Amino acid sequence: MPLLEINGLHATVDGKPILNGIDLVIEAGEVHAIMGPNGSGKSTLAYVLAGREGYEVTAGEIRYDGKDLLEMAADERARAGLFLAFQYPVEIPGVAGTTFLKAALNAIRGHRGESPLDAMQFLKFVREKAGALNITDDMLRRSLNVGFSGGEKKRNEALQMAVLEPKMAILDETDSGLDIDALKLVASGVNALRAPDRSLLVITHYQRLLDYIVPDYVHILADGRIVRSGDKLLAVELEEKGYGAFVGAKAA
Amino acid sequence: MAVTSETLAQVKSVTEDGYKHGFVTDIEMERTAKGLSEDTVRFISARKNEPEWLLEWRLKAYRHWLTMPEPQWAKVSFPPIDYQDSYYFAAPKSDSDKPKSLDEVDPKLLETYAKLGIPLLEQEMLAGVAVDAVFDSVSVATTYKKKLGEMGIIFCSFSEAVQEHPELVRQYLGSVVPYADNKHATLNSAVFTDGSFVYIPKGVRCPMELSTYFRINAENTGQFERTLIIADAGSYVSYLEGCTAPQRDEHQLHAAVVELIALDDAEIKYSTVQNWYPGDEEGRGGIYNFVTKRGACRGRNSKIAWTQVETGSAITWKYPSCLLIGDNSVGEFYSVAITANRQQADTGTKMIHIGRNTTSTIISKGIAAGRADQTYRGQVKIMASAEGARNFTQCDSLLIGDQCGAHTVPYIETHNPTARVEHEATTSRISDDQLFYCMQRGLSAEEAVSVIVNGFCKEVMRTLPMEFAVEAQKLIGISLEGSVG
Repeated sequence: MPLLEINGLHATVDGKPILNGIDLVIEAGEVHAIMGPNGSGKSTLAYVLAGREGYEVTAGEIRYDGKDLLEMAADERARAGLFLAFQYPVEIPGVAGTTFLKAALNAIRGHRGESPLDAMQFLKFVREKAGALNITDDMLRRSLNVGFSGGEKKRNEALQMAVLEPKMAILDETDSGLDIDALKLVASGVNALRAPDRSLLVITHYQRLLDYIVPDYVHILADGRIVRSGDKLLAVELEEKGYGAFVGAKAA
Repeated sequence: MAVTSETLAQVKSVTEDGYKHGFVTDIEMERTAKGLSEDTVRFISARKNEPEWLLEWRLKAYRHWLTMPEPQWAKVSFPPIDYQDSYYFAAPKSDSDKPKSLDEVDPKLLETYAKLGIPLLEQEMLAGVAVDAVFDSVSVATTYKKKLGEMGIIFCSFSEAVQEHPELVRQYLGSVVPYADNKHATLNSAVFTDGSFVYIPKGVRCPMELSTYFRINAENTGQFERTLIIADAGSYVSYLEGCTAPQRDEHQLHAAVVELIALDDAEIKYSTVQNWYPGDEEGRGGIYNFVTKRGACRGRNSKIAWTQVETGSAITWKYPSCLLIGDNSVGEFYSVAITANRQQADTGTKMIHIGRNTTSTIISKGIAAGRADQTYRGQVKIMASAEGARNFTQCDSLLIGDQCGAHTVPYIETHNPTARVEHEATTSRISDDQLFYCMQRGLSAEEAVSVIVNGFCKEVMRTLPMEFAVEAQKLIGISLEGSVG
């Protein structure tokens, strides 16, 4: 049974059709990349999967881990192991990163039937993960994402992913706004999470990220449909030829 | 502060078999007839064996009260109070009641306590807090009195102080909040039944947080607590006040008065968590919380800090204030007020700068949800004598939903050109982005609101003593349940 199975997915935002029939199957342990030009529906797909309000599914179905994903509220999806690394992580003033992460981890552990971690156990666990991402205690203590640089925000998303240990992680343009050093750091954090029972959906505009997070499959999204699927070489081909060659109606 | 089951158990252990705990109302009451008259005042005074001067003071207050109009300036609305429809004194009879079990407590309240979830293990820690339990209007137990007594600290019920330390009571009662101060304080002066009294002698640092758990128990019994705290030169005390009340059908008037006096180099920290019954979703049945709290920094370098977390009551009308009389004295006010459903709160502070180089800080965080209304009302007054006075005020409001209101009404008055007064104010909303972000990490909508609001209130919450802060954080989440989604 696939971990994620999307069939004929149509979705609208403010009544405007954005996704126009997406079919996608992701098996456990696979890494899929979705590439596409601006406005192709990449972020909409991410938000629909995560269950954001205002993104209305008008047709199609999504099965996740044997369940009907569209029947689940956003927080239920998260507790069931679906994680979205945000393109624009949100600032929450006054809430320390550790406080936030501890609340999230214990909510998810509760769902898994595990006991909550106490403050000491939690801190030890987070520090191990934070070290690999070059995240200092000071950054953990600061208000979540408030005054963070672009790179800090993305590293922090990677930390959350590492701590929450999702089954299905969706990375929405995690490379945007990152310099090459930060990109390598975040990518190595993501690669450390690759596991036979964990799948990744990497959404990106550029091939660059895929040099560091090497996908098993690459899909090209245009006008709300997957117009071409292939292996990692497709990304290289795309980089050479540009999106125009794959987007029929818009081909130059 | 909500009374947790552990607190109940603790109170039970404190009171042994003399007086039994429980919210139930079938404890036999010795009460006045319904209504308010000079006879009521005389009855209360006689019942408490008070000296003649105190009865005269009460009667002066009562006669003045008759002439006073209701205060109209606050942004709250409610039907006129029928003062003749209340009982003004109810004392539990001792030694006669049978134990009541927690089974008899409103299950909804127990649910709240469970959510507040102070584990049994923390009981010992709680036991480190001296509890002066006020059941209905009479104090029935005071713990740790002996230990405090050895240091010369007086911590007892107000009635006891009147008997044991009449000279201190007579010297300070009404010296900060005069009997004619305002309609609610004047009513309190006439009919106050009990409360707490604290005296910290010169140079003594009180070794523990002093705490009183106020509870309203008898139906239709207005609560008129009177608290008087005196910190003599060079002393320090931290006082905690926490409240809860069971569900009621009728409005209950609560008009407390708190007076604080800090002499040279003394410091008083007064923290409140107020969680009285706010009424149902339509606001029916909640407590009217009309409180007068004022502290006088009489001595040089003295300091008074108020921290309040106000989540309960149908109507809150409350302005803990500081008179900064001594040179270099310091006044602080930290407030979190949460109103949901139909709750109304008009709250803030007054900082009156009289001495030289006096400083004050005001941090107010207001959260409104549902159809609640909330007003910050604050006055900063720099008198001509207050050379070099400074004030900093920050008022932040957070709105949840689109049917609530938040208002900020600062009054700033300076009569000295050397004064420096700063005022900052913001109003914001919990954004959909924030909610979605939290929920995407596994938090329910309610947990998300709680996390975001606690972040918003952080500057105030960290001024609370530890054991209070933990409970207050949970309380914030509980108070806003159902306000989102």
